[in-house]
Amino acid sequence: MSRLVEHARNDDRIYLLTGDLGYSVLEPFREEFPDRFLNVGIAEQNMVAVATGLAREGKKVFTYSIGNFATMRAMEQIRYDVAYHSADVIIVSVGAGYAYGPLGPSHHATEDVAMMRCIPNMIVASPADPLEAASVVDFFIEHSGPGFLRLNKAGERCLHDKQVIDVGPDKLLPILEGSDTVVLSHGAITSLMVDEIQASNSTFALYSCPFASGFTSVTARYLVDSYRQVVTVEEHQKSGGFGSAILEMFADARAAGFIANIPPVRRIAIEDQFVSVSGSQEFLRRRAGLTLSGIL
Amino acid sequence: MPGRACLRDPLRSGTGWSGVDSLEMAAAIRRLSLELCFRHRASHVGSSLSVADILAVLFAQVARIEPAKFEDRDRVFFSKGHASAAYYAAISQMGLIDEGELLENFGVEGSQFTTHISHKVPGVELSTGSLGHALGVALGSAMVTSHRGVRTYVILSDGELDEGSNWEAILLAAQLKIANLTLVIDANSIQSFGRTSEVIDLEPLPEKFTSFRWNCVEVDGHSHAELARAFEEAKNSKVPTCLVARTTKGRGVSFMEDKLEWHYRTPSVEEYKKALAEIDMS
Repeated sequence: MSRLVEHARNDDRIYLLTGDLGYSVLEPFREEFPDRFLNVGIAEQNMVAVATGLAREGKKVFTYSIGNFATMRAMEQIRYDVAYHSADVIIVSVGAGYAYGPLGPSHHATEDVAMMRCIPNMIVASPADPLEAASVVDFFIEHSGPGFLRLNKAGERCLHDKQVIDVGPDKLLPILEGSDTVVLSHGAITSLMVDEIQASNSTFALYSCPFASGFTSVTARYLVDSYRQVVTVEEHQKSGGFGSAILEMFADARAAGFIANIPPVRRIAIEDQFVSVSGSQEFLRRRAGLTLSGIL
Repeated sequence: MPGRACLRDPLRSGTGWSGVDSLEMAAAIRRLSLELCFRHRASHVGSSLSVADILAVLFAQVARIEPAKFEDRDRVFFSKGHASAAYYAAISQMGLIDEGELLENFGVEGSQFTTHISHKVPGVELSTGSLGHALGVALGSAMVTSHRGVRTYVILSDGELDEGSNWEAILLAAQLKIANLTLVIDANSIQSFGRTSEVIDLEPLPEKFTSFRWNCVEVDGHSHAELARAFEEAKNSKVPTCLVARTTKGRGVSFMEDKLEWHYRTPSVEEYKKALAEIDMS
């Protein structure tokens, strides 16, 4: 949010719409730019439609809600109004994965990467920490066109010791050096991966991959040249998510002859199920098997 | 309005600012819609015929839309994108697209003239084809263009009002008092699997809008004088305006009027000739 406010000071195209959420989060933007802020009410389809109208008039619009409301509630508007028109609209959701665990499955955002990833012109990102989040905001401001910014919640710890990181589709951010096995992690669960790997005596390498879009054969080759096997991790269903994007990357690279073999890829993700019990994010992650403990 | 040409007297149905006679325009829209649907075996001729007068008055007398990229043009959002024949016909009559090209290429493989309107065609503000999208988009557009004297028009069908997304936009437009937004409902009483009264009866419709804090007027959607007057009066409203334009599906061709089948059917050669003859005689 503070990064968005900074940008908005220098770029009067930036608008922020909310679907009646963001209490104690969005006030700074609303106070400083009241004419560029709008609470559309609990009406997410309209939020995306209005954002498109603003974008068609040259604005750069961020829509905001939590869980699946920003995306799934307005999927057709996202597909047809935003993506088909290449509108400068960034969909922001807070509460990726089980971040709102105790609130139950209505608030578990665990299929949204898959759903958004296959829409043409849509770039999907789940930053793992505040630095990645700020950098992804920078990326989307620079970039012209649709995007999906899937945030966890506030207060995650920083995973990078640098001040500036270079983010974008197809870029892997090194977190832990290692060999033989490389863990590619998408989103805030990367923090848990750091802890698990460091607590073990394994030599797993770890990269944070905030973007779920745009993987190329170049990355496939780099991974094949550097590691023997791959593990993907996400706080999302197995079907169609980040892990699937990595599989697609390897398969396409193999089919095009860029790599001679597809390495073993183990996907750690939710086993295509809903969890109907209450629980914290930590509890639900364990319950869904989102851990490296079986293979470390 | 500073920097805008004067409108000629809109209370006479006839030549507005554009120099185009709205009655001639409506006849041209009907003729072209029939030809496009016949030649290219396309559906929705009934839907195109019902909206012809609304489009004619809007483009010939009310909205300033040329040239198509003129920044302060009035915006026209055509939400019932399936009546593409009528919309494309209207903008061809305004010189935004070439009529010959349209006739050649409507629905043809590789053509930009997709049979639900496409924003890739000059004069089309938004691609539509899925109902219930354009009103919210038009609202966003109207929010940031009103200060420049731009007026924003949206044309919906009555059946389309079944979609809840419209009502989200209707609520917000009233809340924000977006007075430069004018909505026209082409209320032809037939949707795609039955009469609106049998599927979802929207009546009393004008009262729904006024209860949602819009200014709403009911007009004969085939009377150019009534339409023109209502569009003009909308400019004085402090809240968004809805015109419930009572129309007949298939209007202008006696054997197509008020029939569900003409939502789908394409005319045969005989039907086409008979239809054209009727338009030419009226």
